[in-house]
Amino acid sequence: MLSQLGDEAKVLAGGQSLIPLMKLRFANPSHLVDLNFISGTSYIKEENNALRFGALTRHAEIEASPIAAKIPILHDCAAGIADVQVRNRGTIGGSLAEADPSGDWATVLITLPTEVRCLGRTGERSLPLSDFIKDAYTTTLAHDELVREVVLKVPPKGGGGAYLAFKRSAPVYPTASAAVQLTMEGDICKDAAIALGCVGLTAIRPKEAEAALRGQRITDKTKSAAMEAARIAADPQTDMRGSADYKRTLAAALVKRAIDIAIRRAAGQQVEVSHIYA
Amino acid sequence: MPEAVEKVTLQLTVNGKLHSLSVEPRVLLVELLREILDLTGTHVGCDTTYCGACTVLMNGAAVKSCTMFAVQAEGAEVLTVEGLEKDGELHPIQKAFGDSYGLQCGYCTPGLMISTLQLLSKNRKPNEKEMRKAIAGNTCRCTGYQNIFKAIQLAAKNMNGA
Ligand SMILES: Cc1cc2nc3c(=O)[nH]c(=O)nc-3n(C[C@H](O)[C@H](O)[C@H](O)COP(=O)(O)OP(=O)(O)OC[C@H]3O[C@@H](n4cnc5c(N)ncnc54)[C@H](O)[C@@H]3O)c2cc1C
Ligand code: FES
Ligand code: FES
Repeated sequence: MLSQLGDEAKVLAGGQSLIPLMKLRFANPSHLVDLNFISGTSYIKEENNALRFGALTRHAEIEASPIAAKIPILHDCAAGIADVQVRNRGTIGGSLAEADPSGDWATVLITLPTEVRCLGRTGERSLPLSDFIKDAYTTTLAHDELVREVVLKVPPKGGGGAYLAFKRSAPVYPTASAAVQLTMEGDICKDAAIALGCVGLTAIRPKEAEAALRGQRITDKTKSAAMEAARIAADPQTDMRGSADYKRTLAAALVKRAIDIAIRRAAGQQVEVSHIYA
Repeated sequence: MPEAVEKVTLQLTVNGKLHSLSVEPRVLLVELLREILDLTGTHVGCDTTYCGACTVLMNGAAVKSCTMFAVQAEGAEVLTVEGLEKDGELHPIQKAFGDSYGLQCGYCTPGLMISTLQLLSKNRKPNEKEMRKAIAGNTCRCTGYQNIFKAIQLAAKNMNGA
């Protein structure tokens, strides 16, 4: 259908990005194809050590899901996006397809091995999230291709993660955010994945910060090294949310807090996290 | 200017009443409610998905009706502030907002009462954090929110029959 309607047609999921953009006339699609009436597109399943989310699964459904709660970083993310009303409509597939540099899902999911399954006229393909998002607001989706499903691996034993965002109020995107997913063995960090949100054209993986933790006992010194590496890797713009310098410092501070929470969660503690408001 | 657009048929239930209409597909749900069904209790504060003055329940979930097309409510049950009272009796949430001075100008109030209803339909004993989270998408420029929290607690108490 999309290929018949031509490349000015767009699909509508939760509408929580697309409708505001259409009101601003930043988006002016010739046709809108509403995905909301297609059944079987909203689900959360656990299978073979992987979680599968239908593209139309709403943020609120993930927030309330006991399956998703097993990976606390997912709950941190789903429960922190905007407000109740936006979470009741907005979808995980729409969020990834929009590829907003401040979108929360991409920042979180990039720290877990995540695949995006896409459906096009010629069939299905599956690609890692890091290849799916190419640039700000740009993905590898063809105009007649859909996100069908988001699949992520359940973290191994000893896994613990946290996602923290700093926001000016609920119904706005964060000023900066940090996702940290660790694999701990005793007090040694076996593996670390870190992503910074809102401080670049896409989510940034500060590789040096990850390297500062990997294989190490986590002390104040290793945390400081990770923070400093995150500060350098961040590439923010000065805008109404804050100066570039402020955002670098903020992102680094969020990394430190997220590491602390991730370690406690990896040790089996229940730690409730909520986004931090200015 | 936009050319005339072909209308599409739409069936939905608003406050318990079934409506069969034909609307242009570009009409927002809030425009349908206010301008076609004349239910002007649902307000438009920002038209940018920020303020929550346009909040209604759709199939039990609070949504910003300025950020949905009317045709997306096909087959849905929509509840607006006008649907809160029953047989001329105010809903306990409406009474509580009045009794607790949970409103001043009242512009935000319909949206806040609908968000309160979504909260209390799932959680009859919300703590402060849960209340804050539930109304984080509703902006009030007058009250400073403290009396709104009192109103939510009072409504919860009255709905529990205490
Ligand atoms: C006030 C406000 C505050 C917000 N705050 C945050 C926030 O803090 N953090 C955050 O992450 N997000 C935030 N959002 C955005 C929200 O999460 C959106 O829901 C999300 O970015 C887009 O998802 P959607 O389902 O609404 O997509 P839509 O708006 O329907 O679509 C977005 C784009 O993706 C395309 N698309 C959608 N689904 C698919 C699919 N399955 N396959 C292919 N293409 C598709 C559409 O064609 C469109 O181009 C906010 C939105 C608002 C209005
Ligand atoms: S009018 Fe809909 S959110 Fe403000
Ligand atoms: S009472 Fe005036 S905006 Fe809330």
